[in-house]
Amino acid sequence: MVGIVGYGTQIPRYRIKIEEIAKVWGADAASFKRGLNLNEKSVPCPDEDCATLAVNAARNAMSRAGINPQEIGALYVGSESHPYAVKPTGATVSEALGACPYVHTADFEFACKAGTEAMFVALNLVKSGAVKYAVGIGSDTSQGSPGDALEYSASAGAAAYVMGAENLVAELIDTHCFMTDTPDFWRREHANYPEHGGRFTGEPSYMKHVTGAVNAILEKTKMKPEDFDYMIFHQPNGKFPVQMALKLGFKEPQFRYGLLTPTLGNTYSGSSPLGLAATLDEAKPNQLILLVSYGSGAGSDAFIFKTTERLLKVRDMAPRVRKQLDEHKMYLEYGQYAKFRHKIVKPE
Amino acid sequence: MRDIAIIGIGMIKFGELWEKSLRDIAVEAALNCMKDAGTDRIDSITIGCMSGGLFNGQEHLTSLLPDYLGRHTTPAVRVESACASGGMAVRSAFMEVASGMSDYVLALGVEKMTDVSENIETYTLATTADGDYEAFHGINLPGLYALMAKAHMEKYGTTRNQLAEVAVKNHRNGALNPHSQFPMEITVDTVLRSALVADPLRLFDCSPITDGAAAVLITTVEEAKKIGKQPLVIISGIGVASDTIALCQRKDILKFEAVELAGQRALKMAGKTINDINFAEVHDSYTIAEIMVIEALGIVKEGQGGVATANGITSLNGKFPINPSGGLKSKGHPIGATGVAQICEAVLQLRGQAGKRQIKNAKTALTQNMGGSGGSCVIHILEAK
Repeated sequence: MVGIVGYGTQIPRYRIKIEEIAKVWGADAASFKRGLNLNEKSVPCPDEDCATLAVNAARNAMSRAGINPQEIGALYVGSESHPYAVKPTGATVSEALGACPYVHTADFEFACKAGTEAMFVALNLVKSGAVKYAVGIGSDTSQGSPGDALEYSASAGAAAYVMGAENLVAELIDTHCFMTDTPDFWRREHANYPEHGGRFTGEPSYMKHVTGAVNAILEKTKMKPEDFDYMIFHQPNGKFPVQMALKLGFKEPQFRYGLLTPTLGNTYSGSSPLGLAATLDEAKPNQLILLVSYGSGAGSDAFIFKTTERLLKVRDMAPRVRKQLDEHKMYLEYGQYAKFRHKIVKPE
Repeated sequence: MRDIAIIGIGMIKFGELWEKSLRDIAVEAALNCMKDAGTDRIDSITIGCMSGGLFNGQEHLTSLLPDYLGRHTTPAVRVESACASGGMAVRSAFMEVASGMSDYVLALGVEKMTDVSENIETYTLATTADGDYEAFHGINLPGLYALMAKAHMEKYGTTRNQLAEVAVKNHRNGALNPHSQFPMEITVDTVLRSALVADPLRLFDCSPITDGAAAVLITTVEEAKKIGKQPLVIISGIGVASDTIALCQRKDILKFEAVELAGQRALKMAGKTINDINFAEVHDSYTIAEIMVIEALGIVKEGQGGVATANGITSLNGKFPINPSGGLKSKGHPIGATGVAQICEAVLQLRGQAGKRQIKNAKTALTQNMGGSGGSCVIHILEAK
């Protein structure tokens, strides 16, 4: 039996409203709010990056796990905003947690599913018996080109999961992957912002891969949508996951805790892992949760977890997602946002 | 000139056909057409395609399409007249058979628009405007039609809701068409709540970006009678006209002179008046376009297009049904295929094979296909015999 021993998240305090972005570009805020179900998004402050968010999320996960950091045998960080092209984020995070030096680490990248990749590998390393505990983290300070549709959603946040074989808060029931070479969204080496295929990112990309992963894991486990208490899909906006969930036969109560994008934005690698954390914050013991990520390029990882009694004991050992999302918010104007996100280039 | 009949039509379902290429969809429509005709005899091919170059990095369709149709020695010509390319290709096929040069000519319209980003799509569509005097200065097609809409509202009192009624009516028809890209019904509210594109035009006032292909097989009435297709559908009139490419050069930006003249020429050739026509497929690239086209054709009085639409005159069961197929708005607007697809719809209606959207006793049809902001127009009159 393997699964989640501890989980933790980090969301920056800064926010920017959709209207504030739309105002600058002369865009129709209502169409983003209504059409994509986006209201505001988180913004990292100048001192926050993928590594600091990952460290804070992992520390919160360790608080809930209650384990000795020296027992962590592996730590993986999935992101598309690693601070360095060459120099592992995982090393910084491992050091900050006190897990060094006997720890295996690697940085993952697969657009928005790098976080669940880290979780997938961590879970399976524990399952193999190679390590006692492994940490999987999804962390991003997402990029969206100024004025592009992505600028309305690309946000920042992280979720970390300590995986182990005992003292679980949620047991892993099964996993399944669905992946093809589909170029819907990409960022070339040295480019500051990603490019994307517009509407191509929808039906032939997000919809196809999420559907593929859901159908595969349901078939493998002989389960049906109604068997789950909760489900979380990757949330590039507030529309796609809802549309997809309803189409596949899930109902609103199943995603009521996991859908965060309308006020959080798309935290890329942190997106579906944050949705899972918000669901664990509210779930009761012995409930089934389906988690399905999506990463452009393109693929989906599906996981089924079953919560345990221990979840109730550790839940309040770290801040809940809703607290980080709803409290102590500070709103930015576009100018401050542009400065924070290094969109203003100053001479050296 | 020999008398001309259409003995085959071939459509595909329009949409965002991510899994298919330009050649795939063109061949699919051509094969559907040959199947419908019951013959695979093709002496020559005319191809309507606006911009394989910008949309797909592919010109030379006169080699590509015969090649992938398994007819690589068949003569082919490509016809380009912006959004009227398809209708012009049918006209070329007509002339080739009427002249006696060939007996069986396939008119094949195709456009694969979704392989590029929205920016390139918009840029490509703006090449149908005046490059030096319009597009260069930043105005694109929605902008030009928005100017017409504003002027129409000002001069004739056409309302925002009346514009929306065009889209509502076309979606109602398109919902009955299995080949439609967006076969859903909408309300005036859907249009009014959609994103603003170019004031006053909103997203649901504009035809979509579409991948699609359509084909018709043309031969002489004599040949068609041998094959014995019933009812026989003939092309009895064709009219073409041009207008200034730049909207600002026109005497009156609220008059589609090319549409008016092409209509008169086509009707004259067919020996008909507009009152003899039972229904029309028209170029509703924007809601305002349909309003101005039905005025230019004399279906309604000048300035009355909006009111007439709101009053249901152009509905499927109205006095003069317009766009029973769903039009460009609901069926989709794959540029080069549009003019051919309009003729496919007219043939289906005249044969009585249009299913739930069938117009009763449809005997004579008009199809109107135009380029850019109305700088070119081709009109066909079709009759069931």
